[in-house]
Amino acid sequence: MSVGPAPQQSALSVGPITAAPVDAPAEVQDIVPAYETRGVWRLALDVFLEHRLAVFGVGVVVFMTLFCFIGPLIYHTDQTTTDLNNQFLAPGAGHVLGTDQLGFDLLGPLMVGGQTSIEVGLAAALIATTFGVLWGAISGFFGRFVDAIMMRFVDVFLAIPPLFLALFLASAFQPITLWTLIAVVAIDAWLIPARLIRAETLTLRTREYVQAVTMMGGSGARIVLRHIVPNSVGTIMVNATFQVADAILLVAALGFLGLGIPLPATNWGLMLSNGVTFVALGYWWLIYPAGIAIVLTVVAFNFIGDGLRDALEVRLQKR
Amino acid sequence: MTGYIIRRVIQAVFITLGVTLLVFLLLHLLPGGPARAILGPRANGVQIAQFNHDNGLDQPVWTQYWTYVQHLATLDFGYSYKLNQTVGALLAEDLPKTLVLVGLSYVLAIVIAIPLGIYQAVRRNRIDDYVLTGASFVFYSMPVFWLGIILIVIFSEILRLLPSEGPQGATVGDLFGQFTSLILPVVTLALGTVALFSRYMRSSTLENLVQDYVRTARAKGASEMRVLFFHVLRNALIPILTLIGLSISFIFSGALITEALFNYPGIGLLFWNAAIQQDYPVILGVVVVTGLATILGSLLADVLYAAADPRVRYTKA
Repeated sequence: MSVGPAPQQSALSVGPITAAPVDAPAEVQDIVPAYETRGVWRLALDVFLEHRLAVFGVGVVVFMTLFCFIGPLIYHTDQTTTDLNNQFLAPGAGHVLGTDQLGFDLLGPLMVGGQTSIEVGLAAALIATTFGVLWGAISGFFGRFVDAIMMRFVDVFLAIPPLFLALFLASAFQPITLWTLIAVVAIDAWLIPARLIRAETLTLRTREYVQAVTMMGGSGARIVLRHIVPNSVGTIMVNATFQVADAILLVAALGFLGLGIPLPATNWGLMLSNGVTFVALGYWWLIYPAGIAIVLTVVAFNFIGDGLRDALEVRLQKR
Repeated sequence: MTGYIIRRVIQAVFITLGVTLLVFLLLHLLPGGPARAILGPRANGVQIAQFNHDNGLDQPVWTQYWTYVQHLATLDFGYSYKLNQTVGALLAEDLPKTLVLVGLSYVLAIVIAIPLGIYQAVRRNRIDDYVLTGASFVFYSMPVFWLGIILIVIFSEILRLLPSEGPQGATVGDLFGQFTSLILPVVTLALGTVALFSRYMRSSTLENLVQDYVRTARAKGASEMRVLFFHVLRNALIPILTLIGLSISFIFSGALITEALFNYPGIGLLFWNAAIQQDYPVILGVVVVTGLATILGSLLADVLYAAADPRVRYTKA
């Protein structure tokens, strides 16, 4: 009996599907994976872990979260007393990332400012996805008149460029707090999941199992919540990850434009717009750390979304 | 074809009305309403009542909306009390300048992205394709203001080649008079768009390269250049047409940030200042105008798409 090489390739390739034969040596039984016995989620996880950039993305997100939430507990800075003798210090001992025009340490606000980005990013993506998914699923499931009205509503919001809508809402919701900021970003973001899930629902509602539930007398709410939404979970998760990236960008843009949470709170966008004022003086530490933090976090979430898409699409192909 | 266009136009009209209704209702949901926003927090009840009466704000909401739409139809966007000018005049002055910025960026982005996408498709999964894919990923994830700041650091602070501020002036002619100032804003706005367009161009070209008509052309002895530029390019461009229409709201958002960063005197800068000062007549005017531009853009894209690809109009009409 020939014992083939252990399938190290991705789950996409057509490898041995069965478990190792029972009479094979014990170590072969260990290394030949028994695909049959593993759930789809385990399979998806394997594919995700093979996506190196996605794993890198997870690492960056974990690092940034620790940096922003645990960092300030370890590295204490004085952000209330100005220290004009020590303004514009270059990064070095004492002030790891240097100081700004008022002598404030810059590493402290970088960590605290990131908290807003991550909190708003996650919360807004969660709210926007939940609302958008329900909107899209209901619209697609009921179709006809309901669908026409609900989708034209989405079209109207989509006609306004996202940043203009956000700025309009931010100026209307003054003063900006963490929750109004989350609301502003979520109102901007729910449209895309609504459209995606509507399209998905249009195909799902013709499937036999949905028709079977209808025949058995299942209510519309049951079909949407127990059958259509769970079956679009791949699309939803992938999109939600991209939503987080977009939300962080939007928060940074609003902060840069001075419409973030007002002082004494801080955020990466605000730090950048302050740094731009002094760009001609060559104080690079006022702009690079905040910019790199934004780009790194956004790219990380985009990579994770990419990995999830690979993982969950494979899951679909396997069925 | 005509039926398809007519249905699309009717749909666009309804969405435009929807935008005006949305904007109108949001304004009326503001705490204190427009009177509080215009007269300020220290106005008393009598003053607010007087203002509401003078401006017809004590009428029923639907009457007010009807008046508002009638005014819009005659291009009357209201009056900015903060800038002491009609919103129409402000828009007429600043919109053309934004269109210059957006238009030049589009042209630049398309000129770069199309050859880039074709090149990547031809060299797919080789090292140069990977490098370009990585680069476009980074450019796409990069906030416009961060990209702009880096360009300012490189080209105006280190190399001292280009000014760090956008062109100033009241007319479009003024802008072209300061051409060097125009370069950085246009490039900043174009680079993110290049990343978006070249990704689509790459996949669109890849899709077309495996079509039967390509095999036929090759079988008939057409050179690879002829296949690419005579057969594939024309078909691969069709999805890009739609993308140009759909990306208008994306590029307007980018223009807002670019104008804020470079102090470029377009409607983005006008809108930003209005948002900070809560100058609602200006905010509403700009939202309606950009909404209209987006709707017209996607309408135009759909019509062009139907004209370029017969399959669309036969299945949809």
